[in-house]
Amino acid sequence: MVMWRALVQRELQLLGRQKADWLNPLVFFLLVLSLFPLGIGPEPGMLKQIAPGLVWIAALLSVLLSAERLFKDDYRYGVIEQLVAGRQGLFSYVTAKICCHWLSTGVPLVLVSPLIAVLLGLDWQSWQVLVVTLLLGTPVLSLLSVLGAALTMAADKGGILQALIILPLYIPLLIFASGAMEAAATALPYTGQLAVLLAFLLFALALVPLAVRQALRMNVG
Amino acid sequence: MWGSMFRWLDPYAKPETLYHLCGRLLPYLMGLALFTLLLGNIWGLAFSPSDYQQGDSYRIIYIHVPSAIWSMGAYSSMAIAAFIGLVWQIRVAQWAVLAIAPIGAVYTVIALFTGAAWGKPMWGTWWVWDARLTSELVLLFLYLGVIALAGAFSEAARGIKVASLLAIVGVVNLPIIHYSVEWWNTLHQGATITKFAKPSIDPSMLWPLLISLLGFALLLAALTCLRLRSQILIFEQHRPWVRQLVDQQQGEQS
Repeated sequence: MVMWRALVQRELQLLGRQKADWLNPLVFFLLVLSLFPLGIGPEPGMLKQIAPGLVWIAALLSVLLSAERLFKDDYRYGVIEQLVAGRQGLFSYVTAKICCHWLSTGVPLVLVSPLIAVLLGLDWQSWQVLVVTLLLGTPVLSLLSVLGAALTMAADKGGILQALIILPLYIPLLIFASGAMEAAATALPYTGQLAVLLAFLLFALALVPLAVRQALRMNVG
Repeated sequence: MWGSMFRWLDPYAKPETLYHLCGRLLPYLMGLALFTLLLGNIWGLAFSPSDYQQGDSYRIIYIHVPSAIWSMGAYSSMAIAAFIGLVWQIRVAQWAVLAIAPIGAVYTVIALFTGAAWGKPMWGTWWVWDARLTSELVLLFLYLGVIALAGAFSEAARGIKVASLLAIVGVVNLPIIHYSVEWWNTLHQGATITKFAKPSIDPSMLWPLLISLLGFALLLAALTCLRLRSQILIFEQHRPWVRQLVDQQQGEQS
């Protein structure tokens, strides 16, 4: 626990110093969202209709991009090698990374969601559902992105490869998160979709850290 | 029981033994595969009755259904090989992952292509965002991800390990993806022969389909043997037994 706290502190400190790591994905998110009205047309009715999908696609792309360089520096400086060789603390390191990644990408998305609601013309009810789906869904996005970053850590070609292997895994999340928002927009019950999202979250929380640890070990070799 | 099974399997974890085993199996598997594929498809395409509703265009089922079923079967066998390779650190099982992946990807492409060709006359469109089509497409992406990840490392052995882990993650995700898209949208006709109850197909159409199914399975096995042999040679190229093999074959040629 002491180790975990120290690792979280270290991560947060690093994020505080390298503001681009969490600011850029956020700007990217807003930028992508503002591209859609420009490409599709600015009619409020249409925007409202496609808003659920838009928000979620933009969210998963920005979370994915932010994870790309997650392990690169630690790998280059030998931090991960030490943790693997030390046989202790690798799991704490993984969970600390995941927590901080969510804090630095998922939480900002929730915080800017009122702005999104204004941009896309969402009403009060839809915004509430958006916040709940983001709160339940972005941790899963973070978990899977961290897994992608861990898998491709030592690969010669990162970037697009990580997107290629992780995006298919996002599909269920995308379906249910935008499904919940669509149901809410048409005044249908949406608790079912939220329950499924919660189930995804718990399932991923239980398994993904183990897979990430294994992936890091393999990458160090 | 487990102990004796492992003792029986153990020698085949040695690349050289497995190479020769695959070599011995290959002609039988390939011969049987060609025979059953020809039999099933000629019977199905030329001699079985046409459908009362879909006419002759249903006949693509003899390629579509086997390739779709075995595209998933290949993924599960790949994931099982990945699991064995990672848990017991058996290198040949890891190489098998790389051997199976492209075959499975091609099966998936065949299933998607024949599905589109079947969808055009039946549904009036090449592609719909239906649950089964979508999950088959996602399956293709998962295959491509495994292949791409395996090739992305300068150290090939490491790439295969990481790709094996991705294959396992994918197999955990596959049912989730499948049911997600199922709840999301469904237009595809129900399964024809995977029901536990009486199949919704006449025996005169069922038999060629089952034979074709067997043919695709045998072809998968034969191609896996073929590709696994070349994987073994690539990874063991500096070992004396491979050198010997090469010398031997060169001696025979000259």
